[in-house]
Amino acid sequence: MFTYSFLQHYWWFIISLLGGILSFLLFVQGGQTLLFSLAKKEDDRRLLVNVLGRKWEFTFTTLVTFGGAFFASFPLFYSTSFGGAYWVWMAILFCFIIQAVSYEFQSKPGNVYGKKTYQIFLFINGFLGTILLGAAIATFFTGSDFHINKGNITEQLAPTISRWGNEWHGLEALLNLRNWLLGLAVFFLSRSLALLFFVNRLKHQVLEAESRRQLLFNAIPFLVFFLGFVIWTLLAEGFAVRPDTAEVYMEKYKYFFNLIEMPVVLVIFLVGVVGVLWGIGGTLLSDKFKSGIWFAGIGTILTVCSLLLLAGYNNTAYYPSINLQSSLTIFNSSSSEFTLNAMTIVSVFIPFVLAYIFYAWRSMEKNRTDLDDINHDSHAY
Amino acid sequence: MELLDVSLVNWSRAQFTLTAMYHWIFVPLTLGLGVIQAIMETIYYRTGDEKWKKATKFWMTLFGVNFAIGVATGIILEFEFGTNWSNYSWFVGDIFGAPLAIEGILAFFMEATFISIMFFGWNKVSKGFHLTSTWLTILGATLSAFWILVANAWMQHPVGMEFNPDTVRNEMVSFWQVLSPFAWNKFLHTVISSWIVGALFTLGVSAWFLIKKRDTDFAMKSIKVAAVFGLVASILTALTGDGSATNVAKHQPMKLAAMEGLYKGQKGAELVAIGVLRSDVQLNDTSDAFLFKIGIPKALSLLAFNDLNAYVPGINDIVNGGYVAHKTSQTALSFDEKKLRGNLALKSLADYRKAVAEKNDSAATASRATLMANYDYFGYGYLDKPEETVPRVPLIFYSFHLMVILGTFFIALFGIFTFLSFKSRFNFENGRWLLYIALWSIPLGFIASQLGWIVAEVGRQPWAIQDVLPVKASVSAISAMSVKITFFLFLTLFSALLLAEVRIMLKQIKKGPSQEH
Ligand code: HDD
Ligand code: HEM
Ligand code: HEM
Repeated sequence: MFTYSFLQHYWWFIISLLGGILSFLLFVQGGQTLLFSLAKKEDDRRLLVNVLGRKWEFTFTTLVTFGGAFFASFPLFYSTSFGGAYWVWMAILFCFIIQAVSYEFQSKPGNVYGKKTYQIFLFINGFLGTILLGAAIATFFTGSDFHINKGNITEQLAPTISRWGNEWHGLEALLNLRNWLLGLAVFFLSRSLALLFFVNRLKHQVLEAESRRQLLFNAIPFLVFFLGFVIWTLLAEGFAVRPDTAEVYMEKYKYFFNLIEMPVVLVIFLVGVVGVLWGIGGTLLSDKFKSGIWFAGIGTILTVCSLLLLAGYNNTAYYPSINLQSSLTIFNSSSSEFTLNAMTIVSVFIPFVLAYIFYAWRSMEKNRTDLDDINHDSHAY
Repeated sequence: MELLDVSLVNWSRAQFTLTAMYHWIFVPLTLGLGVIQAIMETIYYRTGDEKWKKATKFWMTLFGVNFAIGVATGIILEFEFGTNWSNYSWFVGDIFGAPLAIEGILAFFMEATFISIMFFGWNKVSKGFHLTSTWLTILGATLSAFWILVANAWMQHPVGMEFNPDTVRNEMVSFWQVLSPFAWNKFLHTVISSWIVGALFTLGVSAWFLIKKRDTDFAMKSIKVAAVFGLVASILTALTGDGSATNVAKHQPMKLAAMEGLYKGQKGAELVAIGVLRSDVQLNDTSDAFLFKIGIPKALSLLAFNDLNAYVPGINDIVNGGYVAHKTSQTALSFDEKKLRGNLALKSLADYRKAVAEKNDSAATASRATLMANYDYFGYGYLDKPEETVPRVPLIFYSFHLMVILGTFFIALFGIFTFLSFKSRFNFENGRWLLYIALWSIPLGFIASQLGWIVAEVGRQPWAIQDVLPVKASVSAISAMSVKITFFLFLTLFSALLLAEVRIMLKQIKKGPSQEH
């Protein structure tokens, strides 16, 4: 039906898009880190918990689907990164495990550890979860230390094909400043998005005003870390692939050239960045402007999507290794043509899924939420 | 790097077992209770009787608590295929990854979207839309079960794939074959048996209200739904369980032999109804493996092959080969022969890769042909001794028998409750002991369900993918110590969460349906 190469590009696009949607939905995590600083009164905190609590499942499910789709389309990434950067992924997963019970359990009698514990769980999820996810994605540009040798499978005593080059199993990524930059950018972005979300969702003057006020103090660090990461990356050496021999080599300004050579990606990137700035700026400048979350949210999706496209398209190794020839590209790590084709047919359903999610949100959110709603809701947290 | 480390394999297995079994405490209750609450809401929708709405909401609160911890324990399982079974993820990811992705795209989003309407939408959407959402939530959960069980069934019976020596992995060639009868049967047995767990839970909790003489009207209503639903589920479970046994007999003869403690094959083999195994049975032991047993003549042959006189191979036969399997004309190979072929397959793969690297086409073609001719036994190349192919017989035997005994008991239990709850005016006043039985049967459902997975998963050892990849060739290259640490972290965290879950449930039950939730 389609060429193999097209399918590989298509699935990298889907992964990038899911990564973008996930980054947007991380506003739930950002919101969780604001529970204590934004709300001074217990009741206000309860309101924040409840508006976030109607959304957390989407973020969680997107993360799970991001993982599943990655497994199905680029299984070599799954086996190399998860098994290799063991500690980073385990830490991320622990952050999400504790989140999943926290909403449902925190206000229920008999929850053993008390409300505060579950709110601290939410804080940890928002704080570590975002930074670690950001840092993990940054290694798509900065590289890791692993070897892949498919021939290992014939070694009866040591058949594992992907091997990590050091005993830190992923924690070494935290020694790289550039990984931190993206980690912190994601963290502050998620908080900024959360504040925009609160402005949009809440019918509560104090919290709305406080959200607008704190926006500035989160948007500025976000911009600093984000620009730091982007500029550094555009100027840095990138992991390039020779199309004829599939040999990986270091090329100066690789990601910058990718941006120039793929004008569509450049446009998506710029539109995305403008969207984020528009959403934030508009909210800061005008007290009437409440739809910042939509601009910044869609902007986030586009920006992150385009960054991931930069990592994977145009003869680039998206999961590079310092042992260059082990690096993963969308060609050497993908599923077979048959599987990608089958998955492509499944992906036809994605618009339907998006449509019913949208419909469901709309039917639930005709009005902004206030404490009254929460008090009248039989399933409030 | 480290050579294959036995303790790494064992800790990885221990961790997967721990996390899967924790996940499976919550999943069957989600699947079962989900249908029950949807049935109740349907009755409410039809009759407009507010009492049914109260009942629905009561069970829904319990559902929500359980669901959350089901989600918490589920995420780790998905990623563990990468973190702990990375070689497996590459070797079969081309087939195995697809159902996981489809599960996310088509099932989990459905669950997540409609569950929020189900919980928060009572006053926001119409009655009909709410009811639809409740059904779609449980449909989503059941679809997710379908896809993950397709993945699991495929490991037990790998079909629809072909080995590609250039990429060194198995590749999908037919999606429809992956949705094999084995998968369908597994899905039906697992999901329907989960309904039993939900029905027992509803029945037992309602019985408790009757014992306490509280909310009796609500309890009688709930018992009616639970009893009928449970009866249907337990009959279907027995039928699909029979289907499972047939599939196992066809594709995993060693598992079947272990389930029955059958060392020496027989024509017209008997089914052990109850038995006690000797603890010191060795491979190729010719003496009787049982200290005591009551058998049903020819029933095993009937159950496994639908033929009273079919030959069922025992553990010794499967290792030694030389018998002709039912309805085939091939003589089974011995372990040693399979091992030789497995070695040959591994060696030809190495030769093939070397020949390709050296651009020696004729050598490559020859090695490839040898590889393909022996690929069916690829996994045996990693094994050393025939004992490795024998799973833990006593554990599987007792698990299987207890599951079946419990299954039979559930049919009786639900049958009695269905009969009594429809007898007009009967209110259990003169049968309170029955209520206690119902109450104490709650854990039995969970136990039967866990036992089923023990049969299925321990029974397929040493294989991660039947005959293709043993677990010891599936693990990631990490240190055993790392896995040990995460094992204990999971143990601590999951146990702590379970404790909280159980206490919250108990509190919610004590509050009862009459208070708002
Ligand atoms: C037969 C059913 C069944 C089985 C065998 C499994 N699960 Fe499960 N899983 C469910 C049935 C289910 C469910 C009923 O759909 C859950 C339980 C509670 C829930 O929220 O959904 C769920 C939740 C759940 C989640 C959270 C989904 C979310 O974001 O809502 C993940 C990631 C997994 N599972 C993954 C797995 C993996 C990788 C398994 C295999 C090793 C597995 N499950 C076995
Ligand atoms: C949730 C229900 C499940 C339970 C309770 C369960 C139980 C178990 C148990 C007891 C083992 C250990 C076997 C041993 O080491 O002796 C195991 C291993 C394993 N199971 Fe399952 N299982 C479940 C579902 C699944 C599913 C749906 C899959 C695949 C999609 C799966 C894949 C595996 C794998 C890959 C292992 C590897 C470790 C090993 O084989 O030892 N399991 N499981
Ligand atoms: C009544 C008679 C029953 C029979 C004959 C039966 C038969 C079987 C068999 C043969 C398997 C192994 C399938 C495989 O390895 O692929 C199995 C697995 C299983 N059983 Fe049963 N079973 C019965 C009752 C029950 C009950 C009452 C429950 C739980 C309430 C239950 C839950 C399970 C589960 C969860 C599995 C693992 C999933 C699977 O492999 O299908 N079973 N059963």
